[in-house]
Amino acid sequence: MSALYITIIAALILLIIFLGLLAWAIVSGQWDDLETPAHRILLEELNENRK
Amino acid sequence: MKIENSSAALETVKFDDWIARAFLWATMIWGLVGMLVGLLIATQLIDWRLNFDLPWLTFGRLRPLHTNAVIFAFAANSFFAACYYSTQRLLKTRMYSDLMSRIHFWGWQLIIVAAAISFPIGWTQGREYAELIWPIDMAVTIIWVIFTVNFLLTLWIRREKHIYVAIWFYIASILAIAMLHVVNNIQLPVSWTLSYSVYAGAQDALVQWWYGHNAVGFLLTTPFLGMMYYFLPKAADRPIFSYRLSIIHFWALVFIYIWAGPHHLYYSALPEWLQSLGMVFSIMLWAPSWGGMLNGLYTLRGAWHKVREEPILKFFVAAVTAYGMSTFEGPLLSIKAVNKISHFTDWTIAHVHVGALGWVGFMTFGMIYYLIPKLWKRPIYSRSLANAHFWIGLIGILLYAVPLWIAGVTQALMWLAMDDQGALVYPDFMETVKSIMPMYYLRAIGGSLFIIGVLIMLYNFLRSIAGVKCSELVDTEIKAAHFSTVKPEDQISELFDKEGKPKASFWKQVHRLIEGWPLVFSAIALMALMVGGLVQIVPMILVQASAPKDIIVRPYTGLELLGRDIYIREGCYNCHSQQVRPILEEAKRYGPASKAYEYMYDHPFQWGSKRTGPDLHRVGGKYPDLWHYRHLEDPRSVSANSLMPPYPWLLTANLDISNLETRLKVLKKLGVPYRDQDIEFAKEDLEKQALEFSGRLNKDGGVKNSEKKEIVALIVYLQRLGKDAQSDSVLKLGESQ
Repeated sequence: MSALYITIIAALILLIIFLGLLAWAIVSGQWDDLETPAHRILLEELNENRK
Repeated sequence: MKIENSSAALETVKFDDWIARAFLWATMIWGLVGMLVGLLIATQLIDWRLNFDLPWLTFGRLRPLHTNAVIFAFAANSFFAACYYSTQRLLKTRMYSDLMSRIHFWGWQLIIVAAAISFPIGWTQGREYAELIWPIDMAVTIIWVIFTVNFLLTLWIRREKHIYVAIWFYIASILAIAMLHVVNNIQLPVSWTLSYSVYAGAQDALVQWWYGHNAVGFLLTTPFLGMMYYFLPKAADRPIFSYRLSIIHFWALVFIYIWAGPHHLYYSALPEWLQSLGMVFSIMLWAPSWGGMLNGLYTLRGAWHKVREEPILKFFVAAVTAYGMSTFEGPLLSIKAVNKISHFTDWTIAHVHVGALGWVGFMTFGMIYYLIPKLWKRPIYSRSLANAHFWIGLIGILLYAVPLWIAGVTQALMWLAMDDQGALVYPDFMETVKSIMPMYYLRAIGGSLFIIGVLIMLYNFLRSIAGVKCSELVDTEIKAAHFSTVKPEDQISELFDKEGKPKASFWKQVHRLIEGWPLVFSAIALMALMVGGLVQIVPMILVQASAPKDIIVRPYTGLELLGRDIYIREGCYNCHSQQVRPILEEAKRYGPASKAYEYMYDHPFQWGSKRTGPDLHRVGGKYPDLWHYRHLEDPRSVSANSLMPPYPWLLTANLDISNLETRLKVLKKLGVPYRDQDIEFAKEDLEKQALEFSGRLNKDGGVKNSEKKEIVALIVYLQRLGKDAQSDSVLKLGESQ
């Protein structure tokens, strides 16, 4: 079952990348505010220039 | 509000709306094409004559066209449309490179056309949802790299610091698919249209379903969850119920999904511990999936009156509910005891289509109706028609899934039925097929209704955009301030003046456009290195480990190999499995359970995942050569209720042995122990074996001069199946692997 070397290593590489992204996001304050993002997307049209 | 600080000055940003429109066109057109192919193959199961006796239209060659079209043409283009539209708005920036966007678009459509041409011809790798031949696989890799680089650079130049949850779903999808595509498609070419997978047998099965389930997860689930998190709140004008939950279930999903693959391989030659691992992770997957469903549905709290009025919300609610159903059914089917019944039956097909039609389909339709006014600046022509689409489509989904649930369980129970004496109640496979024919009729009606809904949508769309002039379709423009980590010279707005005319010189624009290309080329180079490296390393790892002690299996002879490649070309794995499970009832019907070592030289594996016809792994020696000859010429001459199309061209087409040595050499490189004389005298050995066969066929059935025909190779291969577990080619039997 040595294909497991391939699949597990590939999955682990992906896992490490995702863990890295997770760590970066936490440290850089991405989720310090969990309230406004949900509302912000509803206000996009206010920024639009009407022609 | 004016911000005096120059690093936070408001700028004009124009979004690339053309690319979103382009991907929406592609979604609709390919959706219709893919679904029509699906309808054709569904009717072929009802009436075999709809194969039209043509090699290009057989079920075996068209089913991969259907699956690839709906996954990579319909679902993927829908993902791209959602991604390009919402990413720009969520990050408040235009895509990094318009050129990369367009290369992505046109490149992807060309890939789809290539697939549509290659599959009916019979150019296939014979592995589910990864059938594309290697040159097209390369194209997919290159286009995907360009998409990834463009997307990541767009993230880099964003003006909105917070990365909204939908973008996280897109990131996960893009990165995971890149990894899956490369790892699963490692193969050594024999010619431009033929290659052998580096993996063999049980190993290949593992890699294939590691890929296969993750393709479901990261192409059909995460992109559409991203879609849901943007379009559902926008359409309902309601914020997501719990943003916190969205983050949590995203990460849980991403970390758990990758390990679920073995649930496609229960009771197979895959090691027991691996099967159990897959089961545990598959069941755990229920929780984060329902996190998404609940979040979506709860978002509509206080807005359910809108669902009554608005077709878009109807589609989204049904889609999210279908998602919940699929992600409950999936873990259910991943329980080994349940899988014992469901595997190889239409229950799997029903499960797939609840997700495909309900979740992927309805999310896409809701998004399309939402985007038509936004992107074409016209209201939907008819709300009633949109409502009609919803109801007709919904009934279509029910008429698709419910009959197949019934068919799946019915057929499974018939396969397993044993009487008091321990004999099969339904020893004749065809009896089980006959019993589910009414359900196949209903399924075809269900699918037709779903397509009628799509046609209604297309009509509505074309009426809505009638009279729109190209000059009206200007890019959406917003004012936004960047946050301090983004340098001014990276911003697109530098290139446009107040009237939207480009400010910069031609050369500055060229420079701007090619800035990202070194990154693209580096990424392509990295991919090439990875692939090259893997192609070298992987065989080494696999070959040494796959030869078990005390067991010697004779590799396929040249003639048997060509027959196997014909089996793959005709797509036989779409209806026939080659995997006898260690289940009592199956031993009664087919013979001893299949062992891992029997597949050790199968590049690629052909276990199949559906039994429209019986399992073939122990068919070797069961029927005389003449039976197979007649069966392939006209299945109903030996098997009364057969659904199988006839294969008359196999009887008349000459076997192409021109690249026989190359095939053997490539397989030898992949570890199959062909000796030098096997390769040197390959053609002679083949002719000898073919002549012996045709002599027998002449003696038994009066069939003359068959030795040069393709059918000889195919029958010789079929007669080989399952023989390796007996004393024929096994010189010394030891423990199983």
